[in-house]
Amino acid sequence: MLQEESDLSLIIAQIVQKLKGSSLYAQLERQAWASLQRPEIKLESLKEDIKEFFKISGWEKKLQNAVYSELSVFPLPSHPAAPPEHLKEPLVYMRKAQGSWEKRILKSLNSMCTELSIPLARKRPVGEQKELLNKWNEMGTDEPDLSLFRPVYAPKDFLEVLINLRNPNYENGDSLSFRTHLGLIQVPLKVKDIPELKECFVELGLNTGQLGIDDSTQVPPELFENEHVRIGQKVLAEQDSAAAQQYIRQGSPTALRAELWALILNISSQPEDILYYEQLKTNVIQHDLLVDSLIYKDVKLTASNDDYYFVFEDYLYQVLLCFSRDTSVLSHFAYNSASPPKSYIRGKLGLEEYAVFYPPNGVIPFHGFSMYVAPLCFLYHEPSKLYQIFREMYVRFFFRLHSISSHPSGIVSLCLLFETLLQTYLPQLFYHLREIGAQPLRISFKWMVRAFSGYLATDQLLLLWDRILGYNSLEILAVLAAAVFAFRAVNLMEVTSLAAAEAVLADLSTLKVMPLLQIFLFATVT
Amino acid sequence: MRLCGWAPGRTGGWRPEQRLRLFALRGIMSRVSVPCHVKGTVALQVGDVRTSHGRPGVLVIDVTFPSVAPFELQEITFKNYYTAFLSIRVRQHTSMHTPAKWVTCLRDYCLMPDPHSEEGAQEYVSLFKHQMLCDMARVLELRLILRQPSPLWLSFTVEELQVYQQGPKSPSMTFPKWLSHPGPCEQPVPLLEGLPDPSRVSSEVQQMWALTEMIRASHTSARIGRFDVSDRFPLLGLYCPERVRPDGLLCCRWMAVMT
Repeated sequence: MLQEESDLSLIIAQIVQKLKGSSLYAQLERQAWASLQRPEIKLESLKEDIKEFFKISGWEKKLQNAVYSELSVFPLPSHPAAPPEHLKEPLVYMRKAQGSWEKRILKSLNSMCTELSIPLARKRPVGEQKELLNKWNEMGTDEPDLSLFRPVYAPKDFLEVLINLRNPNYENGDSLSFRTHLGLIQVPLKVKDIPELKECFVELGLNTGQLGIDDSTQVPPELFENEHVRIGQKVLAEQDSAAAQQYIRQGSPTALRAELWALILNISSQPEDILYYEQLKTNVIQHDLLVDSLIYKDVKLTASNDDYYFVFEDYLYQVLLCFSRDTSVLSHFAYNSASPPKSYIRGKLGLEEYAVFYPPNGVIPFHGFSMYVAPLCFLYHEPSKLYQIFREMYVRFFFRLHSISSHPSGIVSLCLLFETLLQTYLPQLFYHLREIGAQPLRISFKWMVRAFSGYLATDQLLLLWDRILGYNSLEILAVLAAAVFAFRAVNLMEVTSLAAAEAVLADLSTLKVMPLLQIFLFATVT
Repeated sequence: MRLCGWAPGRTGGWRPEQRLRLFALRGIMSRVSVPCHVKGTVALQVGDVRTSHGRPGVLVIDVTFPSVAPFELQEITFKNYYTAFLSIRVRQHTSMHTPAKWVTCLRDYCLMPDPHSEEGAQEYVSLFKHQMLCDMARVLELRLILRQPSPLWLSFTVEELQVYQQGPKSPSMTFPKWLSHPGPCEQPVPLLEGLPDPSRVSSEVQQMWALTEMIRASHTSARIGRFDVSDRFPLLGLYCPERVRPDGLLCCRWMAVMT
């Protein structure tokens, strides 16, 4: 009991400390002072009266949302003896693997830099600044010569690193035994099986209405859809983050989705946020980073070639260029197993006072990075709001998809979950694919790393991302990958090579996500 | 938030329970590390260690305290390394001339919920005396029995073992002089009609002051950002009661508050 109480007070102290410097705190204070003039606030019961005032005026709700947001994002305070690296990643061998992967990326970036003799950062001359400012809303029309640039790494390079991940304390015998994993991932992380997933994703069950299934044209809207929209409007009126997160597990109506996501992520466009975005824009105009060219290249290679997203090319530049200069993103490295690359001012190598993070936000974009932003462009048209939503989604979810960690939503656990589900529930398919040299993870890895962006149709993708927000976890990506394999199992049993298997699974744009998930979790006979 | 221009005058005697409340805000329970000698691990295995193929699943670690008298154990902390279950036995000092016996104080404490997977495998753990099955009053020696039933791991142990006893309670901050030496208790003056009770008001104001002291002492981890907030918010005034005059009138004073 004593331990739980002291744990709780530690969590409370941590949250209070985090919220103290925020603008919400200043606003609450001002409201409290302003409320002193109201007649119902009496000096004898000052504390209770102000609390009552906050409850009625909706400020308590805002505070609740902020606290809920902190609880969802930041990990619980750890043991006092644990060093900060332990909070990033508890397993030592994974930290080492992440460290050596980062070294490789940096080496690749540095060698590209020296080959092309381009500085990592430079100040733009005034003429160029003016030109960029004029062209800010149509940067897509720019056609710089990017032929010499290449992406720093692609998902398949990252997959090779994960395949070679080994725990030195684990029995990795050469001969096949009950200890060997038949899939590509060889680390024994704890993953859920279908009964546990059923419990976790109980709102996706057969008896609960879903958007994506129960709103199709054959189903009369009175049965589910109308009521669900009505409840959604009520949730938005109440402005309650926790209720919105629970509501969105059954899907979000298209008209309400933008506001619901903003409510769950606790994003409200304050004037300070718009000013912050403008400040980042000024940074982009004044300085040119090498990373900008990588972003340009990535957008041109991926989003511009996509039928659904090419129209948003300009938005993507506006968001991603500002993102790479946003130092507030550095705070997420406290719970991310990755560390931001450090660079030293010329001539001062090794001196900590002259160390800077490069890029300023510590995130080096890889091939396909812009696809994290592209689906959000359907929901938000104002650049500063789009930017805030993307940044929050990145520091809550997307960073886990490209760093080595033992977190249940980390990419290693997702890969292992996918392989375990396939092995357990489709053993014949798994064995067949393995025999022909087409390990299933080689095909599904790229889907999971991009959170299926660019592979599914956009309305289906947004329904999937509704559930990611609702359950605050990425495990649904692995379940969907296994469900896709289950759906196309008959065709896959007939293929005889990896290329043929990839061809069967090349086009996912006709798939309906929610029926696949529901059948795989709740309707498959095991 | 900063309070400026606040000069608390004599606001009547501090009641004893208020001083204690502030004291509790500052005082911390400290613990003192006990130097211990951790003997090498001994594997318990059936049969000959050399010829049997399996790895031992039970290890025993003895912890002695050579230079310390029998003490009261407060806390044990360590870093786990793939141990699934932990039992602890303790040998305590007995006053009579009977030999000290081994008593189990922790039985099969689970460190890894699934011994075959990595969950909890490298976590930092603290065990407190209230979790123990017996009284830990005069500890002489400890014996940690580690179990790892899964054959998947090559080795298992616990690292960075620290044992703590209770330290003396100490306040972490010194109080300003006027707080620790309050003036003689003044007789409360009869109230005028309509005014709030001055001792109640002063006690509430005292609490607010203590809270602002706490807030000022602790730092926030959030960034201020580019814009200095003090330029943007106006100066707010707070009309605060300061003291009660001898003729019974409540004296108030304007305090400037910058947010």
